[in-house]
Amino acid sequence: MEQFLMQLFIFLGAAVIAVPLAKKAKLGSVLGYLIAGIVIGPFGLALIGDIEAVMHFTEFGVVMMLFLVGLELKPSLLWQMRTPILGMGGSQVLLSFAVIAVACAFVLPWQQSVAIGLTLALSSTAIVLQTLREKGLMNTSPGQSIFSVLLFQDLAVIPMLAIIPLLATAGVHAEAHHGPSLFDITALPGWMRLIVVLLAIGLIYVVGTYASRPIFRAIAATRVREIFVATALALVIGISLLMTLVGLSPALGTFLAGVVLADSEYRHELESDIEPFKGLLLGIFFISIGASLNFTLIREQLGLIGGLVVGLILIKGLVLYFVARVFRMPGNARWMFTFALAQGGEFAFVLFQFARTNGVLPQGLTQTLISVVAISMFLAPLLFILYEKLIASRLKEATPERPADEIEESGRSVILAGFGRLGTDLGRLLISAGIKPIILDHDETNVDVLRRFGFEVYYGDATRLDLLEAAGAEEADLIISTLGDHEKSLELVKLVQKHYPNLKIAVNAEDRKAAFEFMDLGVNTIRRETFGSALTLGQDALELLGFDPYEAYKIRRLFRKKDKETMPELYQIYCEDLDTYRSMYQKHNANLVELMKKDREIDMEELDKAWTAANPET
Amino acid sequence: MKKILVLFAHPAFKRSKMNAALRAAIEDLEGVTFHDLYASYPDFLIDVPREQDLCESHDIIVFQHPFYWYSTPAILKEWMDLVLEHEWAYGSTGNALAGKISFQALTAGGDITNYRAGGMNMFTIRELTTPYRATANLCKIEWLPPFAVLGIHQGLSEEECIQRAEEYRRTLIALRDERLDLDRAKECEFLNQDLDAILKQV
Repeated sequence: MEQFLMQLFIFLGAAVIAVPLAKKAKLGSVLGYLIAGIVIGPFGLALIGDIEAVMHFTEFGVVMMLFLVGLELKPSLLWQMRTPILGMGGSQVLLSFAVIAVACAFVLPWQQSVAIGLTLALSSTAIVLQTLREKGLMNTSPGQSIFSVLLFQDLAVIPMLAIIPLLATAGVHAEAHHGPSLFDITALPGWMRLIVVLLAIGLIYVVGTYASRPIFRAIAATRVREIFVATALALVIGISLLMTLVGLSPALGTFLAGVVLADSEYRHELESDIEPFKGLLLGIFFISIGASLNFTLIREQLGLIGGLVVGLILIKGLVLYFVARVFRMPGNARWMFTFALAQGGEFAFVLFQFARTNGVLPQGLTQTLISVVAISMFLAPLLFILYEKLIASRLKEATPERPADEIEESGRSVILAGFGRLGTDLGRLLISAGIKPIILDHDETNVDVLRRFGFEVYYGDATRLDLLEAAGAEEADLIISTLGDHEKSLELVKLVQKHYPNLKIAVNAEDRKAAFEFMDLGVNTIRRETFGSALTLGQDALELLGFDPYEAYKIRRLFRKKDKETMPELYQIYCEDLDTYRSMYQKHNANLVELMKKDREIDMEELDKAWTAANPET
Repeated sequence: MKKILVLFAHPAFKRSKMNAALRAAIEDLEGVTFHDLYASYPDFLIDVPREQDLCESHDIIVFQHPFYWYSTPAILKEWMDLVLEHEWAYGSTGNALAGKISFQALTAGGDITNYRAGGMNMFTIRELTTPYRATANLCKIEWLPPFAVLGIHQGLSEEECIQRAEEYRRTLIALRDERLDLDRAKECEFLNQDLDAILKQV
């Protein structure tokens, strides 16, 4: 136990020190993790033990990441991406495979060449996606192309796992046969396997579409946060197990599950629950890659490994550039595409080991190749920085075209916290004006009903920072709080002011005192929730009493204006009252007295001003 | 029998004796629809289709209002801006108002000596109301001179008020029953300048 805690402490400590430093040096978090790994690894301070086990465990971070990526991709969006996925992804994998395999075939037997070509065609989903997300490039068009290719590569791993054992030249190692303990799918005939695989995917679809909603609703109703987290984790882990069982990539399975759940109202909640686990696991995964760099081997084969790394990056880069050209990407995007994906991937560790145990690759070569891949992954974030420094900035200068393209999309986005009676009408109004608010509500039955009417409603406590983050508070223009609980609403305002100083705030206050408390926080747009209806009802009353409708209308407007004008003065009195001790009751009364006094001063003369010329009887 | 639509605009109606008298004199007439614009649209959000329907279903449109700043109260301008749509009121296919009769029934503080060249207001009422005349022309409406109650500034006696209100009632009845000589009416400065002279004898 102590041993475990110690290891955990070293990993976390290294991350805590290295990542902020790397960020400060503008190197990105991935590079920070990798460097931390080298420092604490066997060739640095030698603080950690079984790296391979850690790496194996933390690979799960990649699975979680793909789940999260899936959550952001609605099925319709995925369908739209079918051309880049199959076209770009397919041609990248096939071409890279062909070129690398042919190059290897000059010195190695063809079976080994094929295995190496297949494996090195893959890029690092973990590093590339993390880098893209960190730099906010995920939703740009080259970002989408890069993602498409990575997705295809993850799909391609499945047939690769099937092909590699067929290439065996040496005897199969005993450890090769490590089928899952529950049942072994490889024992089934081919057609049965296909059926089992299809059934598993079908199961994910059915669970995601039909069963997930009632389950999540029931869990949410318990209002025990960690149970929701547990459900989310159980879901991801369960799917991974199922996928492993049927011989599919767990990353692919959870990605599919994510896509199925992308339309769910619990999407943001799931996202914010899984996100920290993913982040941590992935971070430790990167550290373990750094730590697994075998410096002794690298020193011994410095020339060979160095040459292979350069060769790998060059070949992949050329293929990528060619693919980008064929698919007519513009200059800037083409370079980003090329630089982002020119490295080996984490699947290579798995596939090389797999090839070795299946007797395809000899031990020594495997070690060398794993080092090559690890170094290329280490260089990936550096290459990206190189791209940004050299090419992106130069191209930007050369072509200052349409830099503001993406602002349009995020423009006018509103987060509506609280969707009760007030929030509902407010939301309807916004929607009628063509503004689709992202709605956060904590009442699961509410959420359910509203979604059925096509509102974009998400379940969750709006005062949770991670949920705000997931709802896009960073890019939103405005947040409106109509939370029924005044304390919660104050908390939300403070949270937003602290973390999103640029986000505009509008609030609903339950009464005058609540409004004062918002004024204390510096909120300017405050509406008292019953004030509007009181005045409108007052106008109705005057009309029913025989007032001229236009006059009744003007009285309402004038009253509202006067009330607004007295607010600062009443606020002053309220602030002074805070200093002197008075009972709540007295305070309320004093306020009311003051209010009534002010009302009596309201001068309705303005009402007639415009028309009291010299001829009042026209 | 022709149908008459009275579009009434007065933002402070409760203080206007004259307009109250005029209104009372005609509100109950058969064939007359009295439509108070400020009461119907206190927030100025005019229901355009409803207004167009009203216009289409009447033959004569009267704009009754106080003469503010040589023009109308604000809501009437808003009404014209919104309701008189292209290809409805005017334009090559805009014939919804073609052939209808229209005039203003206005009340003004100054008297006839103020409304003339060299007077306090420099121009005659007929000159100052030319925008309405031009509008009628564009909409192919048969324009008539205004029904005017002037000199309210000096204070009208109770008797005079009743008299004017009665004239207003007679004018609308005559129009409704097609007993008004339109050609002769058009030559008058005001419709109510000499009512007997333009009434057709039965």
